[in-house]
Amino acid sequence: MKNQVPLLITFIAGFVMVLQYFIPHWPFSDLQGLFNNWFLIIMVFAMILGIGNLLKLHLGKLQKKASGWWYSIVLITGFAIVFGAGMIWGVESGSPFDWFYFNVNLPMSSTMFALLAFFVASASYRAFRARTPEATLLLISAIIVMLSRVPLGNYVWDKLPLVGDWIMGSPNMAGQRAIMIGIALGVVSTSLRILLGIERTYLSGK
Amino acid sequence: MKLTERLERIDRRVIFLIIFLAVAGPLIMPIGLKIEVSEPVQIFYDAVNDLLPGSRVLVSADYDPASMPEVYPMNEALVHHLFSKDIQIIGLGLWPQGIPLNQAAMERAAQVHGKEYGKDFVNLGYKAGGIVVISALAENILQTFPADYAGRPIAELEIMKGVRNLDNIDLIVSLSAGDPGVREWIMIAQGRYRKRVSGGVTAVSAPAFYPYLNAGQLKGLIGGMKGAAEYEKLVERSGTASRGMDAQSIAHGVIIFFIVIANVFYLIGRRSRK
Repeated sequence: MKNQVPLLITFIAGFVMVLQYFIPHWPFSDLQGLFNNWFLIIMVFAMILGIGNLLKLHLGKLQKKASGWWYSIVLITGFAIVFGAGMIWGVESGSPFDWFYFNVNLPMSSTMFALLAFFVASASYRAFRARTPEATLLLISAIIVMLSRVPLGNYVWDKLPLVGDWIMGSPNMAGQRAIMIGIALGVVSTSLRILLGIERTYLSGK
Repeated sequence: MKLTERLERIDRRVIFLIIFLAVAGPLIMPIGLKIEVSEPVQIFYDAVNDLLPGSRVLVSADYDPASMPEVYPMNEALVHHLFSKDIQIIGLGLWPQGIPLNQAAMERAAQVHGKEYGKDFVNLGYKAGGIVVISALAENILQTFPADYAGRPIAELEIMKGVRNLDNIDLIVSLSAGDPGVREWIMIAQGRYRKRVSGGVTAVSAPAFYPYLNAGQLKGLIGGMKGAAEYEKLVERSGTASRGMDAQSIAHGVIIFFIVIANVFYLIGRRSRK
């Protein structure tokens, strides 16, 4: 029973969603709306569960004084302040929540991402080597695309953006399409395996 | 240790310093490199520009502060373009952190063009669920988002009168930095419900959208800060993307220089080791 009920729910829910795609009429169209609403409600509870789990983990780290426990203080305090600000004063423009977002979250996130420029430069110097013919081809393509994607490319050679566009529009697109088709086939086969109960790892983790 | 080997193992702090100078220099002293408009951005611009006054555009802010330097300039230029043509904006986001950014862009543009919240633009906020949110919007917008980002009931807002589902939206624009984003809007809103979808994405993810662009499923694509600068040029509004183009050009040049130099040292070193 413990396994059969979830398998039955998965089978019914999955096939209703497949059927409503091909038969967008009553009763399947209504069922789609119903299932969409259920999913959106479940997602909210999943988020609450995620927050609860995160707090539980960090409170546990604090209690045990585990390595880096003081980072947990930052997380819990930050969460309490921003959550409290949002709940008390709302999230509108000009609210304390908005102030925290634009003056704490935004600069910190931007700074972290901006560091990438330095690491990309360092990594390109150390790791991007023409060791094989394939790597050389990749290297040349990367240089052309990098230059063609900035105004500097026009100054180097006025046809360079066209070469960059060709790389993006022909070899890149062919590769991307192959990847997308491969992924789509994989998704279809895995979904069918789950719906038919062949793939059951999501039930027990085994 | 030979000179080539020493140069191959150069202290990375030197590289960091050079990159810092390459980025900061042009930002402090702009060079003014000429920006050429690419075809995907032109298609995007045309898709927006061909809309009639009074049309409704759904702008989905599917990004966060980390990708703000690339995506926010698109957001700003887009809302200015829409308001200048008297087009109504229905904003929302599949990423929670994109909501305040879209709101800031719309409020700033609204001040310039004299637009009013609730009448000319609205921000529906964030809803968890990604692809299912799009599917739900295609069926019923008011049921999916009963209230705006600040909790006000949207049924009372003037802009929402006559809006039931995506059939009442003339163009969907997703500004995205990953999933869920443009891909999901194409899959559901375009693929299933045949709605017009345009996209703005980070430079690193742009190559993945060329198949959709080529197939006509995507009405234009703005890729990265360069794409944003091109769009700013088209809407005749110099913003942060145009100002950042010089810095990005020089930074790209420096990185290419590093790659070439490192490979020269590598090849010399390999030959001498043989």
